[in-house]
Amino acid sequence: MMGNPDMVDVAASADRRDSLAARAEFVRERANWMRRRLLKMIVDAGQGHPGGDLSSADIVACLYFDILRIDPKAPAAPGRDRFVLSKGHCTGVLYTALAGRDFFPEAELDTYLKPESRLNGHPNRTYLPGIETNTGPLGHGLPVGVGVAVAGQIDEAGYRVFVLTGDGELQEGSMWEAAMFAGHRGLGNLTVIVDRNRLQQGARTEETNALEPLADKWRAFGWDVVEVDGHGHAALLAAFDDAAAARARPRVIIANTFKGQGVSFMRDQAGWHHGVPNAEQYAQAMAELEAEMSR
Amino acid sequence: MSAAAPAAAATFDCRDAYVRAVEELAEGDDRIVAVVNDSVGSSKLGKFRDRFPARLINVGIAEQNMVGVGAGLANGGKIPFVSAASCFLSARALEQIKADCAYSQQNVKLCGISSGVAYGELGATHHSIEDVAWLRAIDKLTVIVPADPWETAAAVKAAAGHDGPVYIRISRMPVPALPRPEGATFAIGKAETLRDGGDVAIIANGTLVHRALDAAAALAAEGIAARVINMASVSPIDAEAIAAAAATGAIVTAEEGLAAGGLGGAVAEYCAEHHPVRVKRLGFPGFLPTGSPAWLMERHGLTAEGIAAAARQLVSGKSR
Repeated sequence: MMGNPDMVDVAASADRRDSLAARAEFVRERANWMRRRLLKMIVDAGQGHPGGDLSSADIVACLYFDILRIDPKAPAAPGRDRFVLSKGHCTGVLYTALAGRDFFPEAELDTYLKPESRLNGHPNRTYLPGIETNTGPLGHGLPVGVGVAVAGQIDEAGYRVFVLTGDGELQEGSMWEAAMFAGHRGLGNLTVIVDRNRLQQGARTEETNALEPLADKWRAFGWDVVEVDGHGHAALLAAFDDAAAARARPRVIIANTFKGQGVSFMRDQAGWHHGVPNAEQYAQAMAELEAEMSR
Repeated sequence: MSAAAPAAAATFDCRDAYVRAVEELAEGDDRIVAVVNDSVGSSKLGKFRDRFPARLINVGIAEQNMVGVGAGLANGGKIPFVSAASCFLSARALEQIKADCAYSQQNVKLCGISSGVAYGELGATHHSIEDVAWLRAIDKLTVIVPADPWETAAAVKAAAGHDGPVYIRISRMPVPALPRPEGATFAIGKAETLRDGGDVAIIANGTLVHRALDAAAALAAEGIAARVINMASVSPIDAEAIAAAAATGAIVTAEEGLAAGGLGGAVAEYCAEHHPVRVKRLGFPGFLPTGSPAWLMERHGLTAEGIAAAARQLVSGKSR
């Protein structure tokens, strides 16, 4: 059963089967492509945030290649679903997803971080179609997403709003201002995904400023909480589908992930928050990802 | 004013003109919404709330969220008037104003209420004297400081018709309605020359404009012809009007805020680069003690007498 029966998104659904397993397999391939493509971008640019890109690749692939009702030919259509990358430094996943959905030519990914490129180090809606708000400083995406959801609530519009946040980002007070208000307004059209990789830039979240008990915090703010394997495509898709049912509360999906997922030497390592693989590491990463795809 | 002072003109609280304009806009356009931080009363939006209950969004005491929500509402097709005490709106949510509104080019109208030293007795935390300096430094953000009820309403309507983020500074300090020619219009980026004069120019905005006109009248009695320019639009600023002011050979700026970085800063920057001329900036120097708004204004020369004295000094300096 599709989560979005009035799907307008023909391009993404063309290759899809109705079964959850087939959808998950389609998304798995796309996520693997995103990982390989974004690592190439980072290596070419000599900069980037591979750790968080790789931890969120499966979440973003599920959204862009299955869930979101968006149309690259009408990127500002009023009824579109909204995706807000609150963890704005993870442009690797956002740009590869947008290119993969034909919001701009895939070849443009080669310009990542170069002078005058539309592919800024953090997303800019005035540069590229398909970006809803300019993020980068942490703690901004959720308040904006809440505002879009309030507009949808007032208008009784059918669109949904998805906000991807890092877990370390939840140390920003503005996120909880927004969470409190979303709970108060009963924003059932809003879904937050926490990329719970348990690492922030310098160390583990629990050593820095502990987030646990995280699910209880969201519940206390009036949210419906679901915890899933953030690398399990079927589980993620099911959580997104289920969230489409009429609800009186916003939903948070706590997606348990690993920073650097998909590349053995990056996995669960704070040091790869930002960083660039050398030639040997890059070759190994690509070999591992290609092997993962053919399994 | 009281019956005991018949010579004084009637004065107005610009918040009334602000809310009337927003209500008029809301009547004709469903996209108009108001966003507040528990500031319905201080923004005088009670009637708006009663008339358009679904369009009054009160986020509670949370300014960062308030501005972010405003940007999100704009993304959802609304035209939000985010209305809060200017000290909190401009300071607490500065990064949201920069990133979510200006850099993102979202169609948000930020209304800083009770600006300047309206909350004089409450102290420097509640004085909003830095807002113009901070906000005019942000690219692609329009900054308007209206001077009276007519200009406040006109600025609100111009902001609603402008596709992009705007900050409007709305005073609660009583001001008279300024004398204007029939058919006067307001335009973002255009100054208003309220009085011609070739000896000195006074560039003011907000609550200082009527004081500047009074100063010019006093100077005229002494034979000094002062040009008075109402520079409501600080960003973008009207460079032609500054050039015309510089042609007098002496400029006094006056504002209810920090002169450094504010209107005075903007005028001085322009003059230093394009029209070197003597400039005296009247404004506040920094953190202020407690005191009534009138006392604080007087203490810092932000009165008709203070402006006239500064102008006189510049004019006498010219002839040396």
